[in-house]
Amino acid sequence: MTFGDKMRRFFRSEQGVGMMLVSPTALYALLLLAVPLVAIFVISFWTQTGVRDFDTTFTLANYKEALTDPLYRQLMLRSLMVSGLVTLITVVLAFPIAYFVSFGVKPEHKSLWIFLITIPFWTSYLIRVFLWKVILGYNGVLNSGLLAVGAIDEPLSFILYNVNAVIITLAHAYAPFAILPIFVALEKIDRSLLEASRDLGESRTMTFLRVTLPLAAPGVVAAVLIVFIPTIGDYVTPRLVGGPGGLMIANMIQTQFLRLNNAPLGATLAVLAMLIVAVIAIVFMLLGNKAAGGNTGGRRK
Amino acid sequence: MTIKKKPSGPALITLQKVEKHYGDYHALRDINLEIGQGEFFSLLGPSGCGKTTLLRTIAGFEDYDSGYVMISSKDMRGVPANKRPTNMVFQSYAIFPHLTVLQNVAFGLRKSAMSKAEKTKAAEDALEMVGLKGYGHRAAHALSGGQRQRVALARALVLKPKVLLLDEPLSALDRKMREQMQVELIKLQREVGITFILVTHDQEEALVMSDRIAVMFEGEIVQCDDPEVLYRKPKSKRVADFIGVMNFLPATVREEGGKYIASVAGLGETEITGEQCPAGVPLGEATVGFRPETLTLLYEGQTATHREAPATIEEVVYYGDMTYYDVKFEGVDKPVRISMRNIFGRDVLDVGAPARVSWSPGALVVFGAGE
Repeated sequence: MTFGDKMRRFFRSEQGVGMMLVSPTALYALLLLAVPLVAIFVISFWTQTGVRDFDTTFTLANYKEALTDPLYRQLMLRSLMVSGLVTLITVVLAFPIAYFVSFGVKPEHKSLWIFLITIPFWTSYLIRVFLWKVILGYNGVLNSGLLAVGAIDEPLSFILYNVNAVIITLAHAYAPFAILPIFVALEKIDRSLLEASRDLGESRTMTFLRVTLPLAAPGVVAAVLIVFIPTIGDYVTPRLVGGPGGLMIANMIQTQFLRLNNAPLGATLAVLAMLIVAVIAIVFMLLGNKAAGGNTGGRRK
Repeated sequence: MTIKKKPSGPALITLQKVEKHYGDYHALRDINLEIGQGEFFSLLGPSGCGKTTLLRTIAGFEDYDSGYVMISSKDMRGVPANKRPTNMVFQSYAIFPHLTVLQNVAFGLRKSAMSKAEKTKAAEDALEMVGLKGYGHRAAHALSGGQRQRVALARALVLKPKVLLLDEPLSALDRKMREQMQVELIKLQREVGITFILVTHDQEEALVMSDRIAVMFEGEIVQCDDPEVLYRKPKSKRVADFIGVMNFLPATVREEGGKYIASVAGLGETEITGEQCPAGVPLGEATVGFRPETLTLLYEGQTATHREAPATIEEVVYYGDMTYYDVKFEGVDKPVRISMRNIFGRDVLDVGAPARVSWSPGALVVFGAGE
């Protein structure tokens, strides 16, 4: 068999067809995800000597600095706190909405509701963040509204250019991301399980706690991860509405790379942030699996 | 002939004039039933006849427009499912996938006054009763269909309900398993003495298992009797056709000197009694029904015990233990089915062969022509 025959056979086999189908995406992911990640990881062990010059001798100095300097530690903790709160608020508010759409809406109207929930995504993320500026600003919608009805005597200043504004804006931006996985998990629950629970003597509340909630756990975990992972590295929102007190780790990484010409330290901070997120994500996934009793939603006969 | 019958206790469940509509659809029509303590009762009918709706009404999952549902003489209107002395085995079994087998069975024991150890013991005993001893630690999703069904049974029975409701519990099982479970369910019911109400579309299953059967069509109970009466004396052609196989031949009935004479196509004239007309004697145009096993093909040298009619064999269907013959009587277009046991020494007859059919006038059931 010639090489050409072998190739022809390979491309006709299921394996070959599969390879061809995934190769564009695989290549894309390799070039734009894996390569930059490796580059960041490598650079974090270097030292910058000039604008484009690096001393490529292996060093742990960046890690030492990143872990000991209180500034970086404070930014990292703030990022964790902000994304943690955003995740908590978003998921807690998203659950009732998902529950309503899954249990309270007629089946034929469900897709319409899901469609409506995605409407905020029709405008760009940047514009939505700007809109929150308009709402939360000193002379913004919220303050003038409250002044007009006499609820406050002078404009509130604690709602913009600080951590609160970052949390409010991010929670709003990620709400649909939290609603959808929870909705899907709730949709998968066999309704006869809820009837069985009632039949076995449990009230509506206990049925929710003993059946609905544990079975929705995989969706909740997915929602937590989907909100938590991107928000911890969010850069635009703290930049626009956070003020100096609302900056997060991503802003510092940007500063290191572009302003302070210290790419290796920026890379180090990025690697550390990724590690922390990875650890938290894994812990969450394990917790979610436990809550669902090892059942990940798949039904076997 | 009589079949062994359990003494039926006082009425545990009473339904009076229960009506239900889904919009324009009349789901339950004037349901009146009394189901006794310890009875094995079946609701039988084709899909969409309202039998599951009726079961869910008793369980407390469906509201009804009017009428009364009483359990132990207590009106159940407004009583939610979790406060009723009934437990249900769902068609899908509804086993909680996030719990183990033992946790599933013990699910309903949360509020009971038993200690934790007693609850575990009760759940384990229930598992043993349904033949799943030692399965308690297994994950619910790792069970086979038959095992799931047993878990569902154990989960309901561990609560010692007054009534166990079974919604097509055997329909998802294969034939062998189903027949085995039928026998096990009958035994189990005798053992625990709880009233069972079974919903099924399988007439054979209903006949095998029940003390009494209510046949439902279009939201209405058309006949409620014990299996033998239902099989032998169906009140309408429709019931006769739904329960087992029934042959029908056109006939005319007339009264002569206080006797009823039926003239049946292909069979000739015969006297019938009022007993043979479950819905009253239909004078004039009528239909006569008879079961395949009430007819016999006569072999050479045999003579009919009562009456004999000439026929031709149209079709032979061989089942191993039985042979079904479709035969045509003279002057009748529609073939009639006859079932014969293949006892030793009895040959299967050929298609197209002339045959003599032995029949008994007493085995006929007479219906009105229109019913």
